[in-house]
Amino acid sequence: MAVLHTTNKSPLQTRDLESCLRLTRPGCSILLLEDAVYGALKSIEANAKLVDAAKDRRLYVLGPDLAARGFTPEEVIAGIEVVDYGGFVDLVAEHHHVQAWV
Amino acid sequence: MSDTEADEGGNRKVKRFMIVNRKAPYGTIYALEALEVVLIGAAFDQDMTLVFADDGVYQLKKGQQTKGIGQKNFSPSYRALGDYDIEKLYVERESLQARGLAPEDLLVPVRVLGSAELSVLMDEQDVVLSF
Repeated sequence: MAVLHTTNKSPLQTRDLESCLRLTRPGCSILLLEDAVYGALKSIEANAKLVDAAKDRRLYVLGPDLAARGFTPEEVIAGIEVVDYGGFVDLVAEHHHVQAWV
Repeated sequence: MSDTEADEGGNRKVKRFMIVNRKAPYGTIYALEALEVVLIGAAFDQDMTLVFADDGVYQLKKGQQTKGIGQKNFSPSYRALGDYDIEKLYVERESLQARGLAPEDLLVPVRVLGSAELSVLMDEQDVVLSF
């Protein structure tokens, strides 16, 4: 299977997620973790554009990081799957390799 | 008299400190460190002001549940700041709006100011510490 990309920076403070989207191929998976979970929120208008750019990729967000920051799965954009640590491990195992956009 | 000298009565000068919080909590240590600094300042009877701008506004988001990430949830500490006479908490309006947040989403009462007003306040400080 394709590559799993991870990004951990807030999309409002850095452009890591934008770069990740620009430099990755359709069919890959992207997991938002740590401060990158803000990129999965409906409440940020600018996120819609990011998600639109990623409609040919699978998007995931790490649930425990979301909860730590005071957000629930209901506040996540439709189409982004919330995973727990077990799900994170499954994603790593399922993909060819992991590329971290730190 | 220099800033560090005591006056004739032996009292040290009270300085106006502003702590500018611009980072989200948990992803980095900045938010927690800023909280430590503001408490230290208050312990030395300094005039402490906190500003939350950019992702710093997320530090005050209600409902933080950190059990899953194995980190201490320090957000209740913001509610205890009043006990240390730290009552000047300002949030930048533009940052709140960009994140789709309202003052009701925050766990403490804050004063919401626009960037222009905040920049005036920032200019009036003796010391500005950025986190």
